[in-house]
This record gives sequence, structure tokens and C-alpha cells, in this order.
Amino acid sequence: MINIIGAGLAGLSAALTLAENGIKCRLISAQQSERAQSVLAEGGINAALNTMGENDTPELHFEETMKGGCYLADPNSVEALTQSAPAVVKKLAFLGVPFNRNANGSIMLRSFGGQKKKRTAFAQSSTGKMIMTALIDEVRKYEAQGLVDRFPHHTFVRIIIENGKCNGVCVRDDSDKKLYDIYGSVIMCSGGLNGFFPGTTTGTVTNSGNAASVLFAQGVKFANLEMIQYHPTTFAIPGKRCLVSEAARGEGGRLFSERGGKRCYFMEERYPELGNLMPRDVVSREMFRELQSSADTFLDMTGINAAVWRGKLSDLRSEIMHYLAIDPAKKPVPVQPAIHYFMGGIYVNERQESSIKGLYAAGECACQYHGANRLGGNSLLGAICGGITAARNVTSDNSDVTEAYNSSEPFASVPSPMFVKETGAVLTRGLGIIRNASELQKALNELNAVKCENAVELARRELAAAMLMSALERKESRGAHYREDFPETKEKYRRTTVSVYENDRVNISFEDIPERRNE
Amino acid sequence: MTITFEIQRRKSAQDRPYIQRITLETEDTTVAEALDIMNDGELADDPIQWECSCKQKKCGACAMLINGKPRLACDARLSEFPKGVVELAPLKKFPTVCDLVVDRSMMYDDLKTLGAWLEDEAVCNGTGIAYDASRCLQCGCCLEVCPNFYAGGEFFGAAALAPASRLISEADKTDGKRLQTAYNEHFYNGCGKSLSCKNICPAGIDTERLLVRSNAVAVWKREKRK
Ligand SMILES: Cc1cc2nc3c(=O)[nH]c(=O)nc-3n(C[C@H](O)[C@H](O)[C@H](O)COP(=O)(O)OP(=O)(O)OC[C@H]3O[C@@H](n4cnc5c(N)ncnc54)[C@H](O)[C@@H]3O)c2cc1C
Ligand code: SF4
Ligand code: SF4
Ligand code: FES
Repeated sequence: MINIIGAGLAGLSAALTLAENGIKCRLISAQQSERAQSVLAEGGINAALNTMGENDTPELHFEETMKGGCYLADPNSVEALTQSAPAVVKKLAFLGVPFNRNANGSIMLRSFGGQKKKRTAFAQSSTGKMIMTALIDEVRKYEAQGLVDRFPHHTFVRIIIENGKCNGVCVRDDSDKKLYDIYGSVIMCSGGLNGFFPGTTTGTVTNSGNAASVLFAQGVKFANLEMIQYHPTTFAIPGKRCLVSEAARGEGGRLFSERGGKRCYFMEERYPELGNLMPRDVVSREMFRELQSSADTFLDMTGINAAVWRGKLSDLRSEIMHYLAIDPAKKPVPVQPAIHYFMGGIYVNERQESSIKGLYAAGECACQYHGANRLGGNSLLGAICGGITAARNVTSDNSDVTEAYNSSEPFASVPSPMFVKETGAVLTRGLGIIRNASELQKALNELNAVKCENAVELARRELAAAMLMSALERKESRGAHYREDFPETKEKYRRTTVSVYENDRVNISFEDIPERRNE
Repeated sequence: MTITFEIQRRKSAQDRPYIQRITLETEDTTVAEALDIMNDGELADDPIQWECSCKQKKCGACAMLINGKPRLACDARLSEFPKGVVELAPLKKFPTVCDLVVDRSMMYDDLKTLGAWLEDEAVCNGTGIAYDASRCLQCGCCLEVCPNFYAGGEFFGAAALAPASRLISEADKTDGKRLQTAYNEHFYNGCGKSLSCKNICPAGIDTERLLVRSNAVAVWKREKRK
């Protein structure tokens, strides 16, 4: 029996892989799969399917993923990711994901940032939702066979560590608040750290960051926590930021800034080759500079033709019209960068195993594949592949006992909304698009002054401190981490930032990245 | 603006429901945001329990009765209520867990009973039905207004029509038969075609189109079988 925490794309992928191999699992999640952040993904999923006559190959996909990530990802993991991508997308089509198709029936691909070939498979601008629906149905088949046992509305409390090994997980039934110890190996698929930045990311509130905090406090290693992706094109809606998918630029959208009525298409001017489709770290930084020099920034989608709006971006158009009362086919849309994705997370090796035996992690909660900057379309792929890899490597045993108890469990507490807001504001100040030592140090001091009322608040504060300390220690600029006091990229920092909590302290160190094996 | 919220509260299914009245001074925002503001402020010691995830009407978590109508709280603007009164209550066709949280597990049980999955490779038919149907949020708003749906019945409502339509449109012949039989038994035979579901669906799913297409396939395939 295997315990999967989280039922987004990574969790479903792990459950499906186990079930297909006849291995039983429990799929435990705070909310049903339909509510997972994965359903929000719009633009698409990358695979070198080479259906557009551009001579694309998995090797090129590998190179661009490594380059986009500024060579901070494990090349062997990226190799596995990019090699398996075409088969993954074909399997999704097999399961009925309604990908847009070429006239000859092959899967159509669109352009996405940081990639010179068309490589992103998509279903209009609701790719995540389409993939999730198909996987939910497929997993249901195995639920009916008793191979997947779902526990929705159950929240992670902590892992059970015995003799240095993870032997299970404690969860809370959110309906009756009872706690359960559930034995067996654990695969964490609990999504990104959005909850550390309340109200200011494009993600869901379900991904509170509590699970990650507790794991950190329990001694699980984390990696590259300073690598936080700002998406260049978002706008504010009540309680969060709404994404304008990169697909808009992939299909011809152009960024410009406006100062005193004068337009400047700054990306096209400064980066003639990839222009608006430079990797996100670069675009967000340029946007930030424009905004700082008191210009307004806009996405001009008026050049996109009617057929593309209808066939490829219809949901995006109606969303923008709904929230901003602007028809993007007729008028430019005001956009600004906002936090969108966490490249860092639970430290895992090539087999998706964490620093604690018996504990695996996949999807956005893990640090895998994306290095210092994720390419759009690689995270849906990464969630699926990570789930598959974890499921293939995890060992199943027969210890499927679950016991109920009602003891006073420190990690069953939750942080107060005030605490979350206060620490979130501090992190936002320290971990902006452009960082420096004094701001980071100031944020760290402010953070340490925030009072903690319970064990989860304390755990959360320590993980937040680890984010700031990772950013302080990386005295260079690379990908999403830009230090104005150290603007250069330095070879000696082409290493993984590792954060551990031991002896009541956060420790930051750097670890070498594995060499690419010769096949 | 000043909005008075009248919120149906209940500690657990065993407790008696009561109405809590709270007046909020705020700029125009969504009901979802207003709930957060109240919970973080005045109600911090006894926050209203409700489900929320995406805050952009894409996940179905926050479905509740808003002035008697099943809606998504993150898609209801305060300015829509000129009288300044907003009544919030849990969906009524599902058992209440607490406050505005209901137990929607019956929807998932129904889909299991229906056999809502594919046994074989999907047929890519290019009709767009799979795309439209896949957009279903499993929010349950349609069941709330459906005159024919009740918990524990054999008729599963539009929340099952949507997934079934995707699967029927993509299934090959043999698998299609299995799905049609289930569709007829758990949807077609019980649906009165009043289309209340179409008007309420927050995802804008055209249940009428799904119904017409799925019926056509189901009936057509039945005829071929004869
Ligand atoms: C608006 C938006 C658009 C995007 N577009 C794209 C795109 O076009 N292409 C692309 O590749 N990527 C895209 N991404 C990124 C991508 O969607 C995510 O990285 C990916 O879906 C993450 O999947 P996951 O399974 O790791 O996590 P999630 O889908 O976030 O799932 C997390 C799961 O964990 C559960 N959970 C969380 N906390 C707990 C807890 N404490 N206890 C129990 N369960 C818990 C949740 O209920 C959920 O089931 C986009 C992201 C956003 C926000
Ligand atoms: S058409 Fe009427 S009876 Fe049929 S599912 Fe919709 S609301 Fe229910
Ligand atoms: S059909 Fe519409 S109303 Fe019914 S569950 Fe699906 S999204 Fe909700
Ligand atoms: S919170 Fe997702 S639909 Fe309202």
C-alpha cells in the first residue's frame, strides 16, 4: 500500500501508474481533484512530437529545458523527462484529451517561451482542465476495481518517521477533525508554495504550504527555495492574480510599455531573436524595469486573427472580457508580473526520492526538472513524469493498518490568517523580481520578529526563513533569482541550494549537480 | 458599499442551523472575498467554514446558495445585490458537513456506478463535445435546481450527463454500448428536459447540446444494434 498526498496531476499520475501495475494506493487530498491547481493550467504541455515540420527532437527539448533552467537542473532527470514526453502526450490523447489537431489529424503544437520550435500541445486555453478530466475518469476505473482508495477532504498533518525512515503519514479528516495514522510509503504531491504569498499568486488557496512547512520542520531537505517564478502577464482579480497564458504570446501577442502616450515594444527591441517569447525570468525582469520607470505595461493581442481566437484561445478571451471588460481582440490588456510557480521544493533525486527513505515527492512540491527557471508547458509534463517515476521507484508493503486516535498532536494546528498575511508580506518584500542583500537581511530580521503561536506557525516561519536565506546565500544572478548586488552568473554557484532544519536551526549549503551520463 | 450578510451556520450535521447576521463595509468584491474578509476580521475566533480553491470560477469548490440560487461564491459580485442583503446557505440536496460546507461525495459515487471511464482507446471525433463536456466542475449547482434529482435516486442529473457525454462521444463501439446502457438507465430515462441545469451551470456548459448529442448517439447505436 502506498499513500499519495495530493490529487492534482502529479498525484493522479502516480496513482494511475501504481494501479496499472496492480499496486494499491490511497489517494489522500485536501480537496477533490477537480479543485486542484492543475485544472487552472491553460497554455499546454511540451513534447517534441515534431508534428509541425520543424525537425524537433527530444534532444532539443532537453537542451532548451536545461538552458532555460540556467543549468541548475539534474540533466539525467531532464533527459528522462524530455525523452518520455512524446509518449506521455500520446497517452493523454489515448485517454481522450481533446488536443487541438492539425488537418492531418496529428497533434497541433504551439510556440511557447524559451523554445525555438513549436513544441507545446494544447487543448484551446484549458489544457490543464482537459488533462485532469481525462485522468480523473481513468483513475476512477481503478477506484472501482479497489486499486485506488480515495480520501478526499483529508489534510496532511505530518509524516511518521521511525528509525530515520518514513513509514507512513498522519492525516486529519476535515469533516470530523479526527486524526489517523496511516502506514506505508508516502509520495507527496501537494503542489506549490503559493500559500506563502497569500492573495498575490496565480495559484489556488488549497496549496497552503502547510504540508511543506511541517516536512521541513521534520528534517526533510528542501532545494532551490530562492527560485520563484514570476509570470510576466497577470492582472488582479478579487483575492488573487489572474493569468494571461503565455499562449497569448505564443499565438502572436506583443508586450509594450507606454510612457506619455508613446508605445515601446521593449521585448522585440531588446531581444530580436525570441522577442516576446524569451524565458519568463527575462520577460518579467524587463517588465519590472519598465514599470519602475513609471511606464504602464500592456499585452497587445489585437493582431491575433479571428480563427485563432475561436479555435485556440476562446476561453482566454472570455475570461479577460469577464474580468476586465476589455475585448483583447480589440484593445491591449494591462498586465503585470506576479508569482506563478515554485521551481524549488522538496529535495529529490532522479528517482523522486527525498532525503528521507520511504518519502517521495513529485509535481510542483518537489524540486525537479526546472532548475532556476521553468519553461512554460514543462510543469504539466513534469507533474505527470514525476508521478510516474515516483510510482515506479516506491516500494510497497503490506502494512496497511490505519488507526484512529485523538491525542493532542502539535502539527494538527493551523497558522492563523494574520500570521500567514504578516509573514507573506515580509516574504513579498524580500523575494521580489530584483533582490539585494540588505532587503533580504531586513526581511529575515522582520520575519524572525513575528511571533509564533503553534507548531505549524513555527514550521512555516522556518521554511520562510530558508527561502530568504537561500536567496541571501546565492550571491549571483541566475534565472528567476536576480541579485542587483551580484548581477553576474558565477560558475561556482552552478549548484543546488540545500536547506535543512536541524538542531532548531536552518542550515543552507550548496550541493553539486550530477553530471549527465553518457548513454 | 454596505452589505448585510445573513449566513446559515451550523457546527455539524447534528447541530441546529441558525442565522448569523453580519454587516460589512467594503468596496465591490466577490462573495468569496467578503467571506475571507469577515473570517480574517470580525469572525477570526469562529470563522465561517466554506470551501474555496481557485477563486476564479474554475474549480467548483465554492458552490453555495446565494440569495437562494446555487452559485459560485467567487463568481458573485456584491454589486449584483442592490438591496444590500446577501443570504448564504449550503446547497440543500447534499448533506451539510458544517456551515456552508456540504458532502458532495454522492456525485463521485454516482459516477462510479455509472462506470464513467473508457475501457479502450479514445476516438478523436472532432465534434467538440469532449472539450465542452470536460469543462464540468462537479460543483453540483445543476443538481440543486434539477426537479428530478434527489440524493440516493437512480437518476444522476447533469453532473453525470457532462462526463457521460465526453465518454460516449469518445468511446469505441463496444465500450460505447456499456456507456449508453448506463447513460439510459441513469440519465436519459429520468431527465424531464426542463433544462434548468443549462441556465444555472456556472461553467456555461450547454447541457442541451450534450443531451441532444448523447441521446442521438445512444439512440442511433441502439438502432444499429437491432
Ligand atoms: C493559472 C495557472 C496556469 C498554468 N498553466 C500551465 C501550463 O499551461 N502549462 C504547464 O505546464 N503548467 C502550467 N501551470 C503550472 C501547473 O499547472 C502546475 O505546476 C501543476 O499542475 C502542479 O501539479 P501538482 O499535481 O504538483 O499540484 P496541484 O495540482 O497543485 O495539486 C496539489 C494537490 O495537493 C493537495 N494538497 C495541498 N495541500 C495539501 C495538504 N496540506 N494536505 C492534503 N492535500 C493537500 C491539493 O488538494 C491538490 O489535490 C499553471 C499554473 C497556474 C496556477
Ligand atoms: S434537463 Fe431538467 S431534468 Fe434533465 S438534468 Fe437538466 S434540470 Fe434535470
Ligand atoms: S454541469 Fe455545470 S452545474 Fe453541473 S456540476 Fe458540471 S459545472 Fe456544475
Ligand atoms: S473557488 Fe474555485 S470556483 Fe470558486
